[in-house]
Amino acid sequence: MSARTKDRAGERSEAMSDELVIGGESFESRLIMGTGGAPSMAALDEALVASGTELTTVAMRRVSPTAHGSVLDVLRRRGIRVLPNTAGCFTAGEAVLTAKLAREALETNWIKLEVIADERTLLPDPVELLTAAEQLVADGFVVLPYTNDDPVLARRLEQAGCAAVMPLGSPIGSGLGIRNQHNIELIVEQAAVPVVLDAGIGTASDAALAMELGCDAVLLATAVTRARNPAQMAAAMRHAVVAGRLAKAAGRIPKRRYAQASSPWEGIGGG
Amino acid sequence: MQVIVNGEPREVPDDATVESIVETVTRAPSGVAVALNGVIVRRGDWATTAPREADRLEVLTAVQGG
Repeated sequence: MSARTKDRAGERSEAMSDELVIGGESFESRLIMGTGGAPSMAALDEALVASGTELTTVAMRRVSPTAHGSVLDVLRRRGIRVLPNTAGCFTAGEAVLTAKLAREALETNWIKLEVIADERTLLPDPVELLTAAEQLVADGFVVLPYTNDDPVLARRLEQAGCAAVMPLGSPIGSGLGIRNQHNIELIVEQAAVPVVLDAGIGTASDAALAMELGCDAVLLATAVTRARNPAQMAAAMRHAVVAGRLAKAAGRIPKRRYAQASSPWEGIGGG
Repeated sequence: MQVIVNGEPREVPDDATVESIVETVTRAPSGVAVALNGVIVRRGDWATTAPREADRLEVLTAVQGG
């Protein structure tokens, strides 16, 4: 085997071990899925498989006697790790109780921490969020906070012991993409924990952009579950995350004001 | 006596336990958690925890979301 071949093999194995590590757990997929908004359990199942996800969120709600099928059954059947969230909580106290209920029900100490300020924007309440994060970390949770695209708050959450920071691209379910790319880049630059772009993804190019900005993963739900064809969009997202990751690693060319010929000028015939 | 189960008033026997009440709400063997007056009751304590008149019992499970 030549040195060149060896190098190539080395590169390949390095590419294959490009895993996302959160809280000491490794994931080959960098696409974290939500499950809200799917038209049916069958459609959700199909979309989750197409997405290739290994980590997927659920919400905690009162048991409904009329519920048909369980999202937990789908996740168990597909071997997808469950990530409970605290969606719908407005205070640190509510979020901490919900996290503890999720830990009891689902036997996981992982929690996607959401503490929202109001129903119109669903934007995180930074004060309640940080308070809840501190309490949950102290209680032994692996805390993944859904946060504003604020580099200072992201830093404070990391300092509080969160296992990742998950800044929004734009409001939940809005499909507006990444409204402040500069802030996302600043968050990525300073973070020592994984950065997961969470919320606002509308289509595949948004997910690719998140990865090109240096995010470690993307979390999305609505863009897939409310797409005309959820499974097809899930596949698009899977490819987009991989493409964006590769492009970031490959190093994009600098932008130029004018053209730069890619074909040589030398040897043009007919002159 | 009357207790509030998932926000609804409900008549239960005086010797009702968390376990006996949960059984009337769901038969799911796992994936369920309970809070009594805002405090978690661990599964191992369901059979020995007896709610009192007007207590609030929340029985939660995972649903699609996020």
